[in-house]
Parts: sequence; structure tokens; C-alpha cells
Amino acid sequence: MIIDHPLLGPRDSAEFTYMGDARLIERPSPDSPDAAAAFYDYAYLRDNPAGWHRELWFHEAGDRSWLVVTRNTVTHEISKVEFASDVARAKGRSK
Amino acid sequence: MTQKNRIAGGQIDRNTTCKFTFDGRTYAGHAGDTLASALLANGVRLMGRSFKYHRPRGPMTASSDEPNALVHLRSGARTEPNTRATTTELFDGLTATSQNRLGSLSFDLLAVNDRLSTFLTAGFYYKTFMWPAAFWEKVYEPIIRRAAGLGTLSFEDDPDVYDKGFLHCDLLIIGAGPAGLMAALTAARSGAEVILADEDFRMGGRLNSETYTIDDAAGADWAAATVSELANMPNVRLLSRTTVIGAFDHGIYGAVERVSDHIATPDAGKPRQILWRIYTQKTILAAGAIERPIAFNNNDRPGIMTASALRSYANRFGVAVNKRTAIFTNDDDGHRTATDLHAKGVKVIVIDPRADAPRARDYEVLAGAQVVDTMGRLGLTFAKVCLADGTERIIECGALGTSGGWNPNVHLTCHQRGRPVWNDALAAFVPDDLPAGMTVAGAAKGDMSTAGALAGGAQAAHSALELKGRLPAIPQAEDAPVNITPFWYVEGASRAWVDQQNDVTVKDVKLSHQEGFRSVEHLKRYTTLGMGTDQGKTANMGGLAIMAELAGKTIPEVGTTMFRPPYTPVAIGAFGGRHRGQDFHPKRLTPSHKWAEEQGAVFVEVGNWMRAQWFPRKDETTWRESVDREVLATRKSVGVCDVTTLGKVDVQGADAADFLNLIYCNGFAKLPVGKARYGLMLREDGIAMDDGTAARMAEDHFVVTTTTANALSVYRHMEFVRQCLVPDLDVQLISTTESWAQYAVAGPNARRVLEKIVDQDISNAAFSFMACANITVCGGLRARLFRISFSGELAFEIAVPTAYGDALIRRIMTAGAEFDITPYGTEALGVMRIEKGHATGNELNGTTTAANLGMGRMVSDKKDSIGSVLSRREGLNRADDLRAVGIKPIDPTQPVPAGAHLMISDGPVDAAHDQGYVTSACYSPNLGHHIALAFLKNGEGRIGETMRLVSPLTDIDVQVEICSAHFIDPKGERLRA
Repeated sequence: MIIDHPLLGPRDSAEFTYMGDARLIERPSPDSPDAAAAFYDYAYLRDNPAGWHRELWFHEAGDRSWLVVTRNTVTHEISKVEFASDVARAKGRSK
Repeated sequence: MTQKNRIAGGQIDRNTTCKFTFDGRTYAGHAGDTLASALLANGVRLMGRSFKYHRPRGPMTASSDEPNALVHLRSGARTEPNTRATTTELFDGLTATSQNRLGSLSFDLLAVNDRLSTFLTAGFYYKTFMWPAAFWEKVYEPIIRRAAGLGTLSFEDDPDVYDKGFLHCDLLIIGAGPAGLMAALTAARSGAEVILADEDFRMGGRLNSETYTIDDAAGADWAAATVSELANMPNVRLLSRTTVIGAFDHGIYGAVERVSDHIATPDAGKPRQILWRIYTQKTILAAGAIERPIAFNNNDRPGIMTASALRSYANRFGVAVNKRTAIFTNDDDGHRTATDLHAKGVKVIVIDPRADAPRARDYEVLAGAQVVDTMGRLGLTFAKVCLADGTERIIECGALGTSGGWNPNVHLTCHQRGRPVWNDALAAFVPDDLPAGMTVAGAAKGDMSTAGALAGGAQAAHSALELKGRLPAIPQAEDAPVNITPFWYVEGASRAWVDQQNDVTVKDVKLSHQEGFRSVEHLKRYTTLGMGTDQGKTANMGGLAIMAELAGKTIPEVGTTMFRPPYTPVAIGAFGGRHRGQDFHPKRLTPSHKWAEEQGAVFVEVGNWMRAQWFPRKDETTWRESVDREVLATRKSVGVCDVTTLGKVDVQGADAADFLNLIYCNGFAKLPVGKARYGLMLREDGIAMDDGTAARMAEDHFVVTTTTANALSVYRHMEFVRQCLVPDLDVQLISTTESWAQYAVAGPNARRVLEKIVDQDISNAAFSFMACANITVCGGLRARLFRISFSGELAFEIAVPTAYGDALIRRIMTAGAEFDITPYGTEALGVMRIEKGHATGNELNGTTTAANLGMGRMVSDKKDSIGSVLSRREGLNRADDLRAVGIKPIDPTQPVPAGAHLMISDGPVDAAHDQGYVTSACYSPNLGHHIALAFLKNGEGRIGETMRLVSPLTDIDVQVEICSAHFIDPKGERLRA
């Protein structure tokens, strides 16, 4: 596969390490009343769809950025590649 | 050495004679021959034995889809089993031997299987070797393994090298027949970067095997002229002898180039093969079509082959397989073979089951007739034909060409789950869903005429590259329509081979259906139809057709099996490339490696690093002697150990402390500058991930260490936290593992050694336990000093830029000479940390929590950290949880090995009563007996208890006492000295 890195352009997927569901960005707040249940979901329950999926890829043999890759797990089509940090900010993870 | 079947014509070089041997006999052929064509020229039809019944077999094709003519090529370490004689390019000195036989090729003892064929039908193994179960491993399997299979390996190392390469282009064209050549010409003239790959050693595809003309030239000459025009264009790369093996995601194709397979040994410095990874925007598949056979009784005798193969041998290689040849065809294309062979002086007769078969003036055509059986023990001698009126006729022939129609070569169109669709006019599947960026042209698409291929190739290139302007002029060529009546097998045939490589007959397919295997994928696995080196390229359609008939379905309703890469078999060596032996993974050398070698160190590989394991002295005969000495000397005076391999991460930024607070379960916010602290990282599920130290070099600068094994994964995790969880913290990370050489100097005299090297005051008052600082050594070299201790002794870790690592170890040894400084390796390091009760990967084994490790109180509840919430789960905090303890044997001579389990002294010994297990064990030279670290249920409350340590697998049953894990200096006075 070829991943179109937002900064570095198209790169071979062999340069990346895969970590699965990008929902890992949405780490719950430890202060919420249901933190234990929320963290249980967060740590153990992942979507594994046949179809479009947002996934985390680490450019380990490159610039060490974590990316959110929107990929169809059936066809391997990639429709979007974003910096995970941008996604995290959009999810309200800024300080 | 006569080539009795050699006839005029063809594209062989008659001025170059190649001598070769097959089964020890010497023959002659010509450059441009394949092994199969040269053998056929010499009158040799028998080239192998079949997989199961050991029936005599000869080539069925003249191409890479060959099921039968598989040989051992070359000899010694270069022996290559299952090599297709039909694609093996002849060279002078070639050696080949037949395979899968017991005895000689013409008298194979295992041919007895053919007599037993009534029993050896589909599913024979599943049905027969069911019981007694104990017989499988000792009796059945060895016999089956001996009898089954085709070629055998040499069991020697391959002496050749294989390479990997990367290519980029605008347009990849697969196949250099008329469609591929025309596409390449069109694309290349537009200036696009073009790669044209063809598996054959001579480009031109079927043009080399046909008598067609293109414009006024012979097809083969037009191909040669076109190839030479392309070869002179700088934007074209011609890859002959290159098979595109797979269509992968996003325009990536795999291709194997056989660089040196056509010569006896590779030229100096040249690889045997190259595995190319081709990145392309667009692809044109022009892979042609494969002729399929017809099944009839005994259709597998040497001399029976596809009609197009006979045409190839005659037109391309100048070989008439036999002077008397019959053709059995259900389509007009088979008649071309008859015409061509007749023109070359071969006596031809055509058997065509179609009542309206085309007539010929020059030879006999038996319309409405079928071949029902054949004769000839080691090669075809007669064919029995059932005529239209039901009478039988025996025809004398030494070659029989069959044509059941042509299958477009859709293979690569299906590598991304595309399924072909049925085309009634062709009675074949044609491509439908295509991988992104791919178009198909020529016979692969179903355009079976030369004119169609030429026009289709040009059009495909034109649209793939979105060229403006008019199409190039298409040369004149034949444009015959396809005329076919589907005919798969002769009614009533049973010992009629559908898949010759796997010895699957019409009867087997019927039996499989009768036994309930209704899905085409089940049929394949039950009968093995379509498996093996040829993957059923000539067989699958016949099997599908019979299945469809039995199920009362149409062929498209039955569907095809999945096509998967590689298109043809690939040597494992090509996938490995240069990553073999030592080059399989890199060896990382520590900065003190050269010095350690000089000391005669024994090395051990730790996460690719070569680390000194111990430093034997001349008088020492066992490793234990060396390790005991290193431990005792370090604890008595001073020792030194290279600890460079520990992962090091530089953490900088205004929010660096906040960041560490998040990744470590214990607190770092209040760590003062100039101090280091032990840190434990948890996974988000509350299990311990890694440990190390973080040293605060400045307000906004920490140096974090990780374990050697987890250096990579911890760094990845830290980047994940930084970028994905706290993207706006002011913190930056960089791995500096390779940038600093680091040595542990440990023992009561450690300070006195380092005082001679370090430029600053390192007295206990100035540089207390857990201090850290940027310092200089040897009068100005920048360095870092950490007062941390893994051994439990007064200890420092000193780091200098890696380039100075060798100089520093030598300087430390010189400075330490007066204290008898002792270099120690990883074994002594391990002994000392077990004596001290420090955890490593054995304890942080992916199942243990901070509480298990005895560090439960470290998990701060005053702050958020990764894993802290789930570490407080009820299930991880039970009263009888495992706790780290120490173990010592009651009888001091007995070992307490790692992996053994703890049981109550007078209780049962079984898994249900398991109390815990030993994680690390060693002999402690300081205590004079073995010691171990263990996890024990409710361990803290059981200090002093006597238990049984058992390992039923290794016959261990030892009485042990539970004790504190801190065997040496439990109060930590030494390291604070």
C-alpha cells in the first residue's frame, strides 16, 4: 500500500507501523464519574469493520509522525490521511 | 546426438549448438531452444512421472502453465526441483534429471500406484488413514511422504545471491505479445516512462509461434523490429525473462527477473534473480490466453499436448514432435495447427466433434468424431476415435494436439478480489472488476485475433495515459472470429485427466460431487484439482465445467476459485533477497565491542545487540567460574559493564515534567533538577509495560531510559501519547540510544575510579544517590553522570558521545587498575540484579501489575497517568494476588530453576493448586547457594513459609523457603555510601 503522508507525500506502507482503530485518540477523562467503565471500553473494545475505517499508522521509518489513515479494509482504498495531532486537537485534546 | 525431429524454420540459432544432459544422456540443441523443445527435437517425449499414479508424462504445453514436464535442473547445491522444461532456456552444459520416480524414468517402480488407481481416488487419504490413530505418525505419514511430492531439495545452501529492486514508471505493460508491443509503442512514442515485462526470454508472445503476417512481415519479425525500436528509446525499460507475479495495492506490482537462470552460473557480481517492486500509475495487462485441453481416456500420454503447443514447437522451435500427428479440437483455432503442421510436411488428421467442422483440402477432417482412448506405454502410439456414425477407427500417431478453446489470462485481474465474468461467445471467463489503474488488452481481454490485439493494445495505452490526438496506425493482421462449441470431456470417459499435475480425473471430480463437495473451493481442496506448481492453469476450467454439468448449473453459476499471487512459483531465495544469514537482521555492536573482543569476551545477542556475556580468564573452564568471579570482584572492589544498549529518550520542553507524569505511574512533577528517579510505565489496561529511570538534567530536559528489548516500542508509545493524547504539550522526544556510550561502574571503589576521570567533585556530599549531571571528563569532554545502581552497589553510570566510547572504557580500565577493576557481562549483571531483587523483562512479562511487582503504592492517585484507572480494577487487586518474593532452597546444593511452580508443601501438585512461579534464578556466589525471584499468591504474607518448587516436565521437586526478594543489602546502605 501507499500512504499519502500530509508532509512527505506518497510513502510505501512498509515504512509504517500499524496500530488499529483511531478511536485510541479519544482517551476518556479519568475524572468522569464513569471513568472505570469508559476506560474499559477504551482499552478493550475496538471497531473492526469490513469497510471504511479510521486507523492509526506510525511513520516509524520516516518522520515519526502518527497519522490517522481512513482506509477501506476490504479494498485497501485510502481516502484521507491526517496528522493524528490535528485529529486530536479537533477532538478537543488541546490543553 | 541426432535431432531427428528438427525441421526447418523457427527462431532458434542453428549456428550455436548447446550440449546438455537429461538423466545422464547427452543431447544437442540450439540457442533459442527450451529444454522441452530440445528434448522433443531429439525424439524424447517422456520427461516425468505424475504425482500420484506415477504415469509417464511429457510436456503438455510450450509455456509457463506446464503441469507435467517438471525436472530437476542443474546439480549439487544449485539443484532446482520442479523446474518447467517448457520455459527452461537451453544453455551449453545444462544438466537435468527427471524426478518423482523410483528406479528409472522408463521403469518407475511406483507406477504400481496406477494399477491401484481404483483405490487411490479423491479423498483416499482422508478415508483410509483414519485409524488406528497411532499409525499416522509412525507408519502412514512416512510412507506417504516418501511416495508423494514431486522434486526434492538439494539440502545444501544456495550458492547464488538474489536481489531486490524498486522501479517506478507511468505505465507498466505486462506481456509483450501483439497487444503489449503495440501498447508499449504507443505509450513510448508519447514520452511516458514505460516498463514492458514478459516472462519469456524472447519477446513477441504468440507472434513467435504463429505463421501470421503483420503488414508484409512475418509476425515474429514485426515483433523483433518493434522490440528493437523500443530498446532504443530512453524512456522504455524492457524486462524480458521477467514474470509479473502479483498485482498489489495502489499500483504496486511484484516481478521476478531471472537474470542468470539461462546461463550455467551467474556472472561475477550478478544475482541469480531479482525481485522487483514496480510502482506504477497505470498498468496494461496483455498476458494473452491459455489453451485448455479436452479430457478423454488416457489423454495424458507423452506426445499428447495442446494444439497451440504443437504449433509453438513447429513454428518457433523448428520441431515436429512426430511426423504423424492428430488434432482433437472443438474450435477453429485447432485447425490452424493442422494447417501449419501440414505445411511443414507432417501427416495430419483432425478430429472435430462439431458436425459442421471446417473442411480442409490437404488433410483429413473427421467431423462429429471424438477421441475416446489412446495407446502407448511410454508415449502415444495410437488414438482410438469414435466416428460420427458410431464406428471406431484406430489412428496411428505419435503426437496429438488438443484444443478446447482459449482462456483469457485473467489471473492478475483477480489479485484484488476481482471476479471474472463468463463470455458465451468465447466459452471462457473474461476480466471484469479490475484493480485500480489496470486495463486489459488483447487475448487477455478476449480479443483473440491479432488485429484485435494490436488495436486493443494501442487503444489501451492511449486511454491509460489520456493521450490527445489520434491513435497510431494499426498494422494489417489476421482478424479471424472465434468459432467454438464448448466441449470439455468425452462422454463416458473416466480415467480422463482433468488436472494432470495432481492426477485428478473426470471420475474424481464426479466422486467428489457425489460425496457432497458442491462448492468449487471444496472441490479444489478435496481432489487437489488446481493445486501445485501450475495452479491448474490448464485444468481448472475442465473441473468447473464437469461440476456445473453434475450440479445442473451453468459454469458462471459455479464460479471460479480465487486467483492469488504469485502467478508462477517463486524461489524462496528471491523473496529473501540479500536478507540471508548474518544479513537477515543487522548486528548492533556496542561502543566497547572492539575492546571486549580484545579481552576475549563471550558475546550474546540481545535485541540485535552483541553484548559481552562474560569475560573468561585463561584458567577458567566453565562460564559459572567467570560469572562468579565477576560478581564477587564487583561487590568487593569495582566492576564495569557496557550498558549502552538500554534505550535512551531525550525529553525536552516546558511541559516535559507533565509529560513524564502522564507516561509513568509514579510522580515526576516534583523531581528536582539534578536528580534521577526510577519510573514504571503501565499499559492503559493497568499491566506493567516497561521500567527505567528519568533523570532531570534541567528544568525542561529529562533523559529517560528504557529496557534494551523495549527501546523501540516504548519510544513509539511515548510518541503516541505526545501526538495523539496531548498534542499541545510543549514537549519534544528523540531517541538517543545510539548517540551515547554508557558504562555502569559499580562497587565500593566505583567513586575512587571515576574521580580520576571526572573533572567535577563527585563526593557523596556533592553527588548523592540518584544524582545526575552534565559533566566533563578527561579535562573537557562533555559527558553525563548518573548515580543509579542496578547491582545494589555504590554505582554510577557514565555516558559520553558514542565516538568516545572505546576511549572511555580503556580509560576506566586504566584508572581502575589499582582497584583490580573487573569488566562484567550480562550474566554477572543478571546475578547482581537478582541478588538485589530488581525486576527485568522476566518480571515485567506482560501479565504483571505494579502491585504484583510490589510497587502498587507507586501508582499515584494524585494525578492521571496511562494505566492508572484500570490498574485499580477489582480483578487486579485481589487479596491473594501474586506478589514478588525471593526463593531459596532448604538444601543449599539444590537449584531453584526459573519456570518451576510453587506448591503448598503437603498439598496436591497440580495446576488447580498452583501458588505461583519462578521468574528469574541464578547461583549467588555471595550467598553460596541458588536464589530466585518468584511471584507467589499473597506473597508478602508468606515470608518464611516452606513450599515445594516443582517442574514435572524437568523432574524438579525442591523444598524451598519464601524470603524477601532483596537478598543483598536490603536496607540499601551500599548504594548510598
